[in-house]
Amino acid sequence: MEPASHGLRESATFDRATIHAIQRAAETGIYDIRGWGAKRQLPHFDDLLLLGASMSRYPLEGYRERCDTDVVLGTRHAKNPLRLATPVTIAGMSFGALSAQAKEALGRGASEVGTSTTTGDGGMTPEERGHSKHLVYQYLPSRYGMNPDDLRAADAIEVVLGQGAKPGGGGMLLGQKITERVAGMRTLPVGIDQRSACRHPDWTGPDDLAIKILELREITDWEKPIYVKVGATRTYYDVKLAVHAGADVVVVDGMQGGTAATQDVFIEHVGIPTLAALPQAVRALQELGVHREVQLIVSGGIRGGADMAKALALGADAVAIGTAALIALGDNHPKYDAEYRQLGSAAGYFDDYQDGRDPAGISTQDEELAARLDPVAAGHRLANYLRVMTLEAQTLARACGKAHLHHLEPEDLVALTIESAAMARVPLAGTDWIPGAVR
Amino acid sequence: MATLIDLAETPVRELNQALHTPSTATWRILNPRGAHAVACGIREDLAVEVEGHVGYYCAGMNQHATVTVHGNAGTGVAENMMSGTVRVRGNASQSAGATAHGGLLVIDGDAAARCGISMKGVDIVVGGNVGHMSAFMGQAGRLVVCGDAGDALGDSLYEARIYVRGTVKSLGADCVEKEMRPEHHAELAELLKAAERDEDPADFRRYGSARELYHFDVGNTAAY
Repeated sequence: MEPASHGLRESATFDRATIHAIQRAAETGIYDIRGWGAKRQLPHFDDLLLLGASMSRYPLEGYRERCDTDVVLGTRHAKNPLRLATPVTIAGMSFGALSAQAKEALGRGASEVGTSTTTGDGGMTPEERGHSKHLVYQYLPSRYGMNPDDLRAADAIEVVLGQGAKPGGGGMLLGQKITERVAGMRTLPVGIDQRSACRHPDWTGPDDLAIKILELREITDWEKPIYVKVGATRTYYDVKLAVHAGADVVVVDGMQGGTAATQDVFIEHVGIPTLAALPQAVRALQELGVHREVQLIVSGGIRGGADMAKALALGADAVAIGTAALIALGDNHPKYDAEYRQLGSAAGYFDDYQDGRDPAGISTQDEELAARLDPVAAGHRLANYLRVMTLEAQTLARACGKAHLHHLEPEDLVALTIESAAMARVPLAGTDWIPGAVR
Repeated sequence: MATLIDLAETPVRELNQALHTPSTATWRILNPRGAHAVACGIREDLAVEVEGHVGYYCAGMNQHATVTVHGNAGTGVAENMMSGTVRVRGNASQSAGATAHGGLLVIDGDAAARCGISMKGVDIVVGGNVGHMSAFMGQAGRLVVCGDAGDALGDSLYEARIYVRGTVKSLGADCVEKEMRPEHHAELAELLKAAERDEDPADFRRYGSARELYHFDVGNTAAY
């Protein structure tokens, strides 16, 4: 029986997922920890549309006229900025949360298309350094595996203050993923739950951060670009403070950004959407007169070339992907549906990255499961996906008459909803109304 | 013959770049005047004498070198040190030896809050007292306190070992006093000797992790 066809009505307030969550809490006495990012409906790039050229603007010829995609990151202070072929990078994900094969595949895929990948909590593995042409080294509060030799071996340094899935939260890598290798890299016993701190141990606040960035520059002889990554919350102020602290690049991660293991209540209720954060970041950079001089990378729910084009039009210099990259590697693939169901999930729904039993061999440290992921083939799938993203963004940019993706601008956008118009600060489609804008 | 660098005339950047490609094994640095990041990122077995007070992160991420500060040190002295020896003749500010993986940090005077926070294998010997939350989340290595320890010593401790000669104002979550067995007296004697101290190991107490918070358990929520 289909309940709705018999007049039964589901509560909008207590929907089936909510009822299940209450029942689960009542049975277990513990909150739900999971991976992935926010799953709730949020204002997003789907709520924006691009205005193709017509009378007032000339489009560029598809398949003929160039639309360049290169981006340089870290031009403010670093001797050796990163020169990427496409403005989509791979966000930080740790070895520990991911298998060594997955990290290698991310490096291979990113390198194949000339972009960067990023380490995560737990340090740098030889697999990812060896297979990543451009590798960004995350400098995190836990400093697990933090090693000055790796710092020097990196192409850029990302000081992480937070991430979109859990701004203000640290991390917990659960014991089932703490193998001998993971534990050794983190200097902790095998099999225990490993807490990743939420605050840096040797600095507090923006004034201290400026000195920390100075130290990192001194240690690396001012060669490496230094990024500052924040989870999207008080983005306008955070970006200004990051610039004052000396960042070359600011990374803003919206609440749709993924995680390997965080409380569901945290993922769904802390932070702001990427669409709301991006214009705040751009405004902060513009007011300081450093927009484009300090580059802006935006992440959190970026899924394809349309999201990338719209983010760039709003003023980002590049975007970063995490969840989408894992899907490209093979995460949530239908061929594993039966195994996902054995774990109480299903293809398209799987988010138990914390559990370490990932049938796709990505979010696991189980050797047999990890061996399922062929880093060469998975890396090639990621490269294909990154190429498609870039081609899609180029197609949209040419239609708007742009010879470079960075020529996209807010004037190329309109919004479908009042909320997205207010957040993105572009007019509601068919009107000249930007809610909240002062005329 | 030591290479002499006067920070009243030479920028810190020039000093550090010289220390990263050293022409001599011994260095003497004058007039640090509280400068930050002095002698950080050294990779070789150098002897560096700093004649005065330094700011944040002096000898940060040190590898192999012996750095002596003839004065006080600001926040994060020898942070993330991997090897070598750093000695502060005066007092050290907060987060001394933070996250350090190896080597020996000696502070002749007092160390402020969070001394040895998240330590990952370093040995730290403090001649005087340490402030609150020292060895917070300490993972490995030894912290020796010849004076007193402040509040919440060893909070959320993993496998680091702590020795205190004086009083402990309070212990942090999951940190407990443990028996001093012969092997602990022996390792403490070695640490004191390496730090050129003459305290008697018999006067110290040992503290370590009860290991009850190693796995998240809803029954422990009162401890968090």
